[in-house]
Amino acid sequence: MMGRGLNIFLGLYVGLIFAFVFAPILFSLVFSLNSQRFPTIPLGEFTLEWYVQIWNDEDVWQAVRNSVIVSSSTAVLATFLGFCTAYSDFRYNFRFKGPYLALILLPPTIPLIIMALAMLAWLSRIGLSGQLWSIILAHSVLTAPFAMALIRLRLHQMDPDLEAAAWNLGGSEWQAMRHVIVPFCAPAIVSALCLTAAISFDEFAVSWFVSGLNKTVPIVILEIVQGNIDPTVNAIGTFVFLTSMTLVILAQVIFIGRQIKSHS
Amino acid sequence: MNIVNRRLDLYALTWRLPIILWQLVFFVGPVVFMVAMSFFVVRNYRMMEAFEFANWERMLTRGFFWDSYWYTLFVASLSATIAMCVAFPAAWALAFRASESVRRWAIFLLVIPFFTSYLVRTFSWYVILAESGVLNAMLGYIGLGPFRMLNTHFGTIVGYLTLTLPLVVILQTVSMANIDKTLVEAARNLGCKPLATIWRVVLPLSKTGFIVAALFCFILAFGDFVAPFYLGGSQEPTLPILILDTTKSGQQWPRAAVVAIMMMLTLFTIAFTAIALAYRKPKGARA
Repeated sequence: MMGRGLNIFLGLYVGLIFAFVFAPILFSLVFSLNSQRFPTIPLGEFTLEWYVQIWNDEDVWQAVRNSVIVSSSTAVLATFLGFCTAYSDFRYNFRFKGPYLALILLPPTIPLIIMALAMLAWLSRIGLSGQLWSIILAHSVLTAPFAMALIRLRLHQMDPDLEAAAWNLGGSEWQAMRHVIVPFCAPAIVSALCLTAAISFDEFAVSWFVSGLNKTVPIVILEIVQGNIDPTVNAIGTFVFLTSMTLVILAQVIFIGRQIKSHS
Repeated sequence: MNIVNRRLDLYALTWRLPIILWQLVFFVGPVVFMVAMSFFVVRNYRMMEAFEFANWERMLTRGFFWDSYWYTLFVASLSATIAMCVAFPAAWALAFRASESVRRWAIFLLVIPFFTSYLVRTFSWYVILAESGVLNAMLGYIGLGPFRMLNTHFGTIVGYLTLTLPLVVILQTVSMANIDKTLVEAARNLGCKPLATIWRVVLPLSKTGFIVAALFCFILAFGDFVAPFYLGGSQEPTLPILILDTTKSGQQWPRAAVVAIMMMLTLFTIAFTAIALAYRKPKGARA
């Protein structure tokens, strides 16, 4: 009943889903190397014109520097907050645990445009808006739940007796944390760092509202898209894509390398 | 787990306190202030602290607000439903038919879109779906079209799916892959038909992940202004577009706050219901 026909159909179906997901990314790459201002099929000539344009654009360079600072700071902050909360949830039962968890899990349920408005109003009220770190503050709130979720999922796979065993063998709580919990969570921590950095790197609504004159890459893209059909967007997008993919693959390779070492 | 520890020590506080302090200042603060702001007044393009209901009255008695409200609710629900249905066969295949390494690769690939700009992908769809764009040119070769795809509901939904589909496939796949396979085999061995197995064994066991996926999908679509604006043509403005417009025209932050609060109340109602459903343990199931 569940034979080859079904397998072939499912294979094609998964392929179709991936085609849908990757079509905009691949076409963006193709358009960035295409001479037409409004790309269609048949394609125009091969050109690097759009890359040359952004390479010579000081605004783009400044935006890249800002984005790197914002997303890396956000990742560290959010992963730390997420880890603390995930561990508290895993280890302890306490009063008001519901509200406690709600406090970290609610931000993603609030649309970015609302958070943008609220953050802008509040940060200007307490005199913290219009700075690069205004974005970092806002992004840490938005991304911490994702870090928490990943690390909590990992902790869920851990046998709770493992930590108790460490205590019974004479380790303090801090030692058990350092030698049992953190190593066990390491893959989740690395993924959390990557995921939070990526979300922050791509976030434009809140950044756009609270950053004042400090532009990050998505804000530059938003400004170009609002103007007109401009293929430099594809060039920036491709550049950003390649940069972040390099980082992700690097993180992956370092991580796997370390795992192999620790096993041998 | 479930170690009841009533003694509060330094160790426990180290892990529990950071998030409380941080979220109070940078999450509760902004939200509470926004609620207060909805009662402020704007005079001569300057916002003044006050306690008046003028903004609420002005927004909630207008037809355009409610048109926008119901339309946003409708498209967000529609896109969540479509995303869940479209993702399911792929997630099922990845969870039950694919090998461990294929599944890892598929999830890795599906994470990639998170590392690309949503704006750039939207812009790319804009060019692909245009009247003289790539898709219509391709359809033209086989004698179809051209179809009008931009500035339609179709365009809006394509935009929403671009945002949500990878996430939904990942969440569905992971929650189904974590199911104890022996339970599924047991159901099959006991004579349960494939579709019934999905309905009575697989779905109940992966309920939490599925509800979370649908919820995320709904929330993302409900709050997104890019897809309805660039691909849907914003002829029927969604609530996020209303907030943008209201904020920009004459610095009407308090009125935008009213729209924002209405959106939040709606989302909280839906989210709390969904989470209550997600974590309600089915009778007789293992925790």
